[in-house]
Order: sequence, then structure tokens, then C-alpha cells
Amino acid sequence: MAEAEPVREDAGYLDPGRHAEIHPRPGGALLVGTRKGGWFLRPDAERANWLTDGPVFLGNVVHHLVLDPRDGRTLLAAARAGHLGPTVFRSRDGGAHWEEARQPPAFPKARAGERARAVEQVFYLAPGAPGESGVWYAGTSPEGLFRSEDDGLHWESVDGWNLGPNVWDWSEDPDGPTTPDGSPLHSIQVDPRDPDHLYLATSGGGVFETTDRCGSWRPLNDGVEANFLPDPYPTYGQDTHCLELHPAAPDRLYQQSHCGIYRLDRPAERWLRIGEQMPRDVGDIGFPIGLHPRDPDTAWVFPMDGTDVWPRTSPGGRPAVYRTRDAGKRWERQDAGFPREQAWLTVKRQCMAVDARDPVGVYIGTTNGEVWAGADEGAHWSCIARHLPHVFSLEWAEFAP
Amino acid sequence: MRVGIPQPLVGYTRADEVEAQGRTIDELLHDLDRQFPGIRFRMVDEQDRLRRHVRIFVNRERARGLAFPLGDSDEVQILQALSGG
Repeated sequence: MAEAEPVREDAGYLDPGRHAEIHPRPGGALLVGTRKGGWFLRPDAERANWLTDGPVFLGNVVHHLVLDPRDGRTLLAAARAGHLGPTVFRSRDGGAHWEEARQPPAFPKARAGERARAVEQVFYLAPGAPGESGVWYAGTSPEGLFRSEDDGLHWESVDGWNLGPNVWDWSEDPDGPTTPDGSPLHSIQVDPRDPDHLYLATSGGGVFETTDRCGSWRPLNDGVEANFLPDPYPTYGQDTHCLELHPAAPDRLYQQSHCGIYRLDRPAERWLRIGEQMPRDVGDIGFPIGLHPRDPDTAWVFPMDGTDVWPRTSPGGRPAVYRTRDAGKRWERQDAGFPREQAWLTVKRQCMAVDARDPVGVYIGTTNGEVWAGADEGAHWSCIARHLPHVFSLEWAEFAP
Repeated sequence: MRVGIPQPLVGYTRADEVEAQGRTIDELLHDLDRQFPGIRFRMVDEQDRLRRHVRIFVNRERARGLAFPLGDSDEVQILQALSGG
């Protein structure tokens, strides 16, 4: 019945008065996704003073807010309103006006006897390759992969993953106990040289690679520890927290895993645990990893306490970012500006951003609603927003004039 | 028939009460989606299961399941049970 009806052009959830308090302007901004909505943090030219613009989608869980770097105008937001179903919103004008996806990410209808999955939350949004205008990918919890070819308005199931022969081996059982916020598919990394070549990561399977535009996938976890499994070095089953492909050197991958920090230089297949060089009393456990946009040897991590019952807070209550400038051979502590004691910060996997300015700025968002900036490659840190809701994601954006 | 819309979904309908048709809850929700595209997916997942925090009452009695039958004079109330902080 509904299928025959034309789609209304004014379809979807729209209430700009309450849901879009954004004032678009060209230039840089940090896009902040939180448990209760999205905000834009806009810097002055020196990135010393920041204005908080927003909220957008107040009351919605916003897992990811991403600007399309291909046009500098199109924004997508992964959102769900409290206990309603998950969806994606799109803005074409830098955030002033939004429209809901006509066809949000959704798993194929299960046939009789098949296990049925439903998207709980859209967790991760990734623009396609530079030459693939309009293409976006979305990762969800439970671990689903979806593609849009019209700038996020209609989403199709990527069946090569969602219905692939190994999907139940590589995913957590959605009917069983899963990680606290669900088990997400995240870190979708598109090779900028080849739109058929992608990597992604899951929290229950590790890293996977496709070379046929998502038609088939294979695990890529050799050398990555999974100390919570009987075989600590399995083919799959690792818990990748964050995977990043270097945009200027796309054969180089970094990951922050549940069990350490790793680097892989393709075509090699075996990850090298570069976190072994971190100080022993700090360890190499954390969630995000951020890459320098021009120097493939420079990366930042935010270590958290992975001992005992896994507090996942700054070790010893003394927050610090650690930087390597030689691809993980050595790490240096960057804590100037952070509290010296009694600061128990938690930074989730999508909550570190790096801009492309000179010098590069590094940013973290915390679960207690703070955003910190190290605008001089992390040498000095300052808190640029506080009292926001629990931060779920942080992305740097350069809006077009 | 008259259908009461919960406040979190008024962004679709722009009204807290609308008219819709259907011989079952399922048909009614499809008719609402025809009028207000996108609203059904916020209440029903892709496996045709009513989402966990959505409740539907017919003539003030809780209706369980999308196959629940409806008559022309029934009053339907869609409610959302919010929980958590």
C-alpha cells in the first residue's frame, strides 16, 4: 500500500526552531556529537578562542556528525531520539536546515528461520573516496554496513558484509550479551586511490579488508592480540577500538586496539605492536588514535587505565596525550595544560580529532562533556568547551566559503 | 480514525492528533507513514517489531502486536515510554 505512494518532498522530521540552532559560516569548526545532541565549536584565526554554536537535535543521541570534505557544505548526522528508531539527517547548507533520510540504514528483512537483526544505532559515518561524489558509508550497532549514493538520503544494505558467509562469526550475537553500548561497526576507511578498496573494524571481530567494493571481506588481524580469548592471536575476534588509514600514505594503517597500539604497512599482513614502547606505568590501552594529516610517522593517542577492572580513565588521574613522530619507535608525553592530578578523563573511540592547519591542532572530547585543544601539535592544551553532554564524537571540518 | 501522537513524533505530524486508516495496527502505521514519511521506522524496526519503548493503546486498552484488529470508530493512542537519564 505505502509503496505506491509518491514520497512527499517535505517528508521527515523537521522542527528547525528546536532542532537547528546552528549559524553556518565558512572556515574551520569542531563538530561535536554527544549523548544529547550536536554542537559546533568555531575558532578564531589563531584557534585560541572558541565559540560554541548549537545545539542541533537537542535530546537526540548523536553518535557522529561529519562534514563532506568533497564539497565543504554537506553534513550528515547519525541520530536517534531517545527510544525511537535510529536515523540519519542531512544538511546541505552547513547546518542551518536539515532533512531526514528517506530510507535510513536498515538490515534486510530476515527470511523464515533466519536470525533477524535491526539497527540499534547508526554509529559511524564515512564519506566515500574523493572522486565518488555523493557516496557515503555508515556503520551501525549491531555490526552492519550500509552505503548511500545520494549524499545520505537513501541507504542500502551492503550485503557483501551484512549477508556475507562469515557475518555471524565476525559479529557479536545480538541476542546475547554485547558490549555496553552495543557492538559497533566503525572506522570505515576508504582507500583514496581506489574506491573498491576499504577497511573497517568491529569491536568483536577486528579489522577487515575488501578489494571488490564490499562484495567480499577478509580478516586482517595477524599479530594483534586478543588476550580475552583462549587463542590470544586468532584470525578474527580482536577488539579494534579505532582504525585509521593515513590519507597521505594510504598503505599505512594505525590502530588502537583493546590490547595495544599497532601499525601496519601494506602490503605486509602482520601488525607491529608499537605500543610496546609506551611507558610501562601508562600502558598502551585507549580508544582513539589520531594521525597527522601530512606526516605519516606522527600520531597521537590518549592512554587510559586498562588494568584491574579496566577503569578506562587517565592513568593515575593525570591526563596526557602521547605523540610519536617516528611511527611508534618512541612516544613523548604531552600534558602541559591538563590538570596535574585528580582528573579522571575518559575519551571514547571517535573523540579525537586532528585538523589540517599549520601547525596541526589536536582535540579530544570527554565523557564528562569537555573538549580540549592542543593547537600546537599537542604541546599545550586548553579546555575550549565544558558542560556539554557526554561526548560521543569529535570531527574537524573546513566549511567552504 | 483518530490517532493520538506522542510528543517526540509530533515533529513528523505537526499535530498531536491525526486521522489515519487501517484494519490492523500494521495497516494504520503504514497509512501514517504514507502521510508522514519516516514516522513508521521510528516506531517499528526493519524486522516488523514494535520498538521497545513504543506502546499502542486502542480504546484505552494496550494492543499487543501489529496484527491487532481495528474498527473505524476505534481511538488509537501511540505512547512512548521514556526511561533512563
